[in-house]
This record gives sequence, C-alpha cells and structure tokens, in this order.
Amino acid sequence: MPAVTETREAVEKLGQSTYKWGFETDIQMDLAPKGLNEDIVRLISARKNEPEWLLEWRLTAFRKWQSMKEPTWAKVSYPPIDYQDAHYYAAPRKKEGPKSLDEVDPELLKTYEKLGIPLHEQALLAGVELPEGETARPPVAVDAVFDSVSVVTTFRKTLEEAGVIFCPISEAVQEHPELVRKYLGSVVPVADNFYAALNSAVFTDGSFVYVPKGVRCPMELSTYFRINARNTGQFERTLIVVEDGASVSYLEGCTAPMRDENQLHAAVVELVAMEDASIKYSTVQNWYPGDSEGRGGIYNFVTKRGACRGARSKISWTQVETGSAITWKYPSCILQGDGSVGEFYSVAVTNNCQQADTGTKMIHIGRNTRSTIIAKTISAGRSDSTYRGLVRVQPKASGARNFTQCDSLLIGDECGAHTVPYIESRNMAARIEHEATTSKISEDQLFYCRQRGLSEEDAVGLIVNGFCRDVLKELPMEFAVEAQKLLQISLEGSVG
Amino acid sequence: MSQFLEISGLCARIDADGQEKQILRGVDLTIPPGEVHAIMGPNGCGKSTLSYVLAGREDYEVTAGSVTFKGQDLLAMEPEERAAAGLFLAFQSPIELPGVNNANFLRTAVNAVRRARGLEELDAVAFLKMAREAAKSLSMAPDMLKRNVNVGFSGGEKKRNEVLQMTLLQPSFAILDETDSGLDVDALRIVAEGVNRLRSPDFSALVITHHQKLLDYLVPDRIHVMAKGRIILSGGPELAKKIDQEGYTKFLAEAA
Repeated sequence: MPAVTETREAVEKLGQSTYKWGFETDIQMDLAPKGLNEDIVRLISARKNEPEWLLEWRLTAFRKWQSMKEPTWAKVSYPPIDYQDAHYYAAPRKKEGPKSLDEVDPELLKTYEKLGIPLHEQALLAGVELPEGETARPPVAVDAVFDSVSVVTTFRKTLEEAGVIFCPISEAVQEHPELVRKYLGSVVPVADNFYAALNSAVFTDGSFVYVPKGVRCPMELSTYFRINARNTGQFERTLIVVEDGASVSYLEGCTAPMRDENQLHAAVVELVAMEDASIKYSTVQNWYPGDSEGRGGIYNFVTKRGACRGARSKISWTQVETGSAITWKYPSCILQGDGSVGEFYSVAVTNNCQQADTGTKMIHIGRNTRSTIIAKTISAGRSDSTYRGLVRVQPKASGARNFTQCDSLLIGDECGAHTVPYIESRNMAARIEHEATTSKISEDQLFYCRQRGLSEEDAVGLIVNGFCRDVLKELPMEFAVEAQKLLQISLEGSVG
Repeated sequence: MSQFLEISGLCARIDADGQEKQILRGVDLTIPPGEVHAIMGPNGCGKSTLSYVLAGREDYEVTAGSVTFKGQDLLAMEPEERAAAGLFLAFQSPIELPGVNNANFLRTAVNAVRRARGLEELDAVAFLKMAREAAKSLSMAPDMLKRNVNVGFSGGEKKRNEVLQMTLLQPSFAILDETDSGLDVDALRIVAEGVNRLRSPDFSALVITHHQKLLDYLVPDRIHVMAKGRIILSGGPELAKKIDQEGYTKFLAEAA
C-alpha cells in the first residue's frame, strides 16, 4: 500500500519536529493597531475600498456582536479571550497594480512552495517531467490567502472562459457587487452566532466562487489559508454560489506557524446550491495544534453552512480535522429544495491536549430530502473529542430520510470521546437512523500487524486509515493521500 | 555453531487480573533447519503461550531461559524484527482489521519484510499477480483479497488467509497454532498442502495441534508432548498415533 509507505517516509522526514508547517515567513506587514471598535471596522472597510452598504453591513454586525456572548455549550475549555488584544487587519505589504504571479513577493511564493501549494500555473500546465509511475496531477486552481489577504489566485483565465468566477471576495465586492450583495449573509446571517457576527464585522478576505447555470466547473478549486503574523486573528469569508444544474468541487487547506500564544481563527463559509446544483466542499484542517503540553495552537471557531435552495440540489461536506488547539465547527445543510441532499463526512483527530467539538446540522425542510452523516472521531493522548450533531425534520418534510453513523476510536486511556446527537422530528413520515460505536485499537490488532512485519507506527496508521476509510474515500484523490499522511503524523507517538 | 532454533530453559508468566501466573516452566526444544516438529498436549499446558512468547507478544514476561534463532537472541528482538528475520505465527484466532483491505495489508506486510531483508519492494501489479496465484492454490475465492482483513470471514476462511499470508511472507520458520481447529476435512487437506509446498531445507515449522488428522497430511519429523509448561516427552511420528489411541492421561502419569 503506497500510502502507508509514503506515510512512513513522511514521518521519518519529520525527525524531531512533529509540525512541519511551523515556520514563520519574514515579510513586511501592514498591521492595524490592536483592538476592536467601530473605527477599526471602518478602517478595514476603507482599506478594502468597500461600498457604503458593506460598511453598514459590517457595522450592524459589530453592534450586534457587542451585545452577544461567547457560546459555552460546547465541551471545550480555555481561558477567556481578550478580543481587544489582537490585530484585526494584517496584510503583506505590496505595490499597487493588478495582481499577477510576477508581482507577488517572492518570500510569499517561497512560503507556498514550502507548503507544497502549486501556485505556478506554468509548471503545472507544461506537464513537468514526473518520476516514473506517477501520474500527472490534474490542475487545481488555487486562491492563496496569507493572513488576512488573498495574495494570488491561479488559473483565472481558464475558469473565466468557462464562465466561472473564482477570485478573492474583496475583489468580488468591487467587480461583482450585485452577486455579493445578494448572497452575502443569506445563509449565515450577520448575527447568527457570536463568532459569525465577529467575522461579519471584521472579515478581511476569503474566496468567492460563482458557477453559472449548467456549468460543470472544469477543475477543482482550492483555497489555501495561512496565518503568519503574530497576535492576529484570521477572519476569512468564503461564499460559493452554484446556479441551476451547475457543479463545483472546492478544497480548503490551512496551516500556521508554531507559536506559544493562541491565535483566533473565526471563518464563515456560505454555500448556495440552486436547482440540480451540486457543491462538494472538502477541508483538510491542519492549523497548528499547540505543543504536547497544550501551549499555543489555533482556536478554530468556524461557521460553515450550505443552503440547498433548489430542488434536487446537493451539498456535501467532507472534513479531515487534525489541527487546532480547539475546534468548534459544525458544517451544516439547510435542505430547502424538494429532494435535496446533504452529506457530512468527517474525521476528527485529537492528540496531546487538543479539544474538538465538531459535527453537523441537517435541517430538513423540503419533501423527500435526504441526509447522510458519517463521523469518525479519533482521540489520543490527553485529548477530548466530541461529536455534536443535529438532525431536524420540519413538518412539511414528508419522506425525509437521515442516516447517521458516529464511530469513536480511542488510543490510550487518558483521552475522551463523546457523542451528542440531537434528533428533532416533526413529521411522522420521516425516517431517521442513528448508529454509534466506540472502540479502542486493541493490543491484538497491533501485535497481529507487527507479527506480519509492520512497525508499530505503520500498524497504527493502517488501522486508523481503515477506521476512516468511509470518509477518506469521499475526498478528491490528491487530498486523500495528503489526509492519510496527516492522520499518521497527528498520531505520532500516541502509542506505547 | 548453534542450531536453527534453540529454546532452552524457557520460563514465562502472564499477569492475569493482577495475579502472576507462571505458564512456561522450563521449555527445552531444538528444531534443526528443514524439519517440521509438532507439539501436542492438553488444554492449558502452555502451547499457545510458547507460540506467543516466540513471536514476541508483550503481555508475557520471560523470567528465565533463552531462545536463539539463526544465531540471534530472539527474545531481544521486536515482534516486527522477528518477522523480518523469518519467523511467522499463524494465529489460532486471526484478528479482524475493519476497513483495511486484505490485499493492501498483505502488500504492506510483504514489502515491510522485503525492505528489512534488503530486497526490492514489489509494485502493485507484481504483488497482485503473486497474491492471486497463491490464493488460487489455496482454493480461496478471488474476492477474499478485496475484502477487509478477516472481517466477516468464516473460521475456515480465516485459517486459509493465515496460510496465504505465510505463503507470501516466505518465512524460514513458521509456527502454526491450532491452524487445523474448526476446519473440515477438505479445508484441512488444502491447508496442509499449503504448508507442505513450503517445505524445503530452508524452512522449518512448529505445528501446535490436538489432532492426529493434520499430522497425517503434514507428517512431522518429531513430536513433542507438552504438559504443565514443559516438554515431557519427544518421539517420532508414531507418538501421535499412540496419543490418539490412548489419550494424554497415561503419558502425563508416566511423566509425573
């Protein structure tokens, strides 16, 4: 199994440091002063040359946020966050002018190169010589977001020819204001929750995708988020709108330097799928998780929601969550259109002192709506992981069906795994199934593998990947290999 | 020069529910290269413990004695190092690995062992060809390579899968722990043929069994009777027939 071999090699390469993405890029930054008030919100809006309506939208969000309280119902604990002690705007300093790869700071390009993110269209298109046995990577269009700002978006020409818009959301505000205004906040309202309101007030960038009627997006779209600056929060906003009969597959990856202090990441992702449209949204979340004693790491408080507005539309969330000190995240589907489909496939790994409270919400509104939830939770070290999910069937959702499966795998005896399913059905004709299991990697399994010649690390990797198979097979091929590696790296040292 | 496998004065115990339980009480056994030996004995005499200790299971604590395997101190090696050195254990109850594809598992194992032995790794095509042939020779359904390791396998299928793994890993010393239990006559013959095919001057085996039947097909060079954690009697193939006819009690009484 090449993936396992690769995993082993990846682990070997790591040597002492377990988080290989933990480097810092030395680059000149534009920083807003620390703290959060109306002036900062105005400053962000001004820096972005935003129209009046968007500034008002931000200010509404900010005022609502001031009256809101941080949610406390999740099974996570952390010291109080001082929201005045962070920078809310950090951007790599750059010259004026249109964006092209040549004008991007070479330091930035190097950063993404180090991260293995392909930003050079040429190299990809020219089909650089590949080692024997390797097939060419299909091209992926990338929007690279560095701290608060999108630095480059590749393959825009190819996409434009197909009619697909893929650009930083700050640019979409300028170029396609009617689309942004129509859909922004239409799935996640400004005051939806504490973190969403905060994001609405101060979001600085993110990706915007628009796929017109009947178009199948010709390539995978991908956004790569990188937090670099110290004491900054990252608040990106992603909006994806897919019209009738169109489809798109979107990937999201993220990393951050290793730092002793905690950093806040509060993103909002909104998806809109019209009639017969389909959106596949995949995430490999690998923010810095903190060290083995729980120092540092990202607080990942994210709101992701998709609306299946049209009949027979489909939204599929797949996530592999290995990073962050704390994860608070519930990618959800609002199944409005008759016969619409929502899917949630999740692998959440926690090790050392990480805490994760993650799951989904499936809201069945239309008739014959269907949802599937497969959640795999792996806990190791002293970590704590919770699956929290809601399945709600509204009175008119006749024929609604849900299937939920939650499996937890424990490694060692100091970790915790919890499953908290909420099921609310207001329609007698709905069918809801829930299955849950908890298991441990047994000594028998490890010994069996080792007797066959596998090292302990390889054995754990094999067993964990087997446990997650139902989810990993939902990921696009490239991401699946990446995810398998990550799983093993995240669990390194957790056995024995 | 030491023998191929030499066990001397081996004592081992297990911590069962907080109580130390001595199971092996001085096992002496020598197996020369190219020979198949059988161990028989009543339930609880330590046969399976011996196989686990040889394979390196950590639950057992070796309290005395030594084991040399091809001149190396076997007890100092990790389980995977023993596998790489050529030791294979066919489990009495093969373990299930949910979600792990059988062919992938086999290939990962084969390549891990090949790497450790300084051989080139097999690519997917070469491996599958080899695995399919081996499976066919054991009358295994082709889809067993695609299924998850031992998950949903019948007792007989699990045992055949063990022999398949043994065939592919090419050990120089195999321990078969009651591989015949739960097999019907046809399956028994197929499994025995699988082992016989491996027989060569470079392959030795230790067969743990309760029944004469398997030994009819395998024909061991030596038979050892184990009781209360020791080998109490050794002899030629005729010993098995005697035990089959007269039972263990008489031998145990004589040994005591």
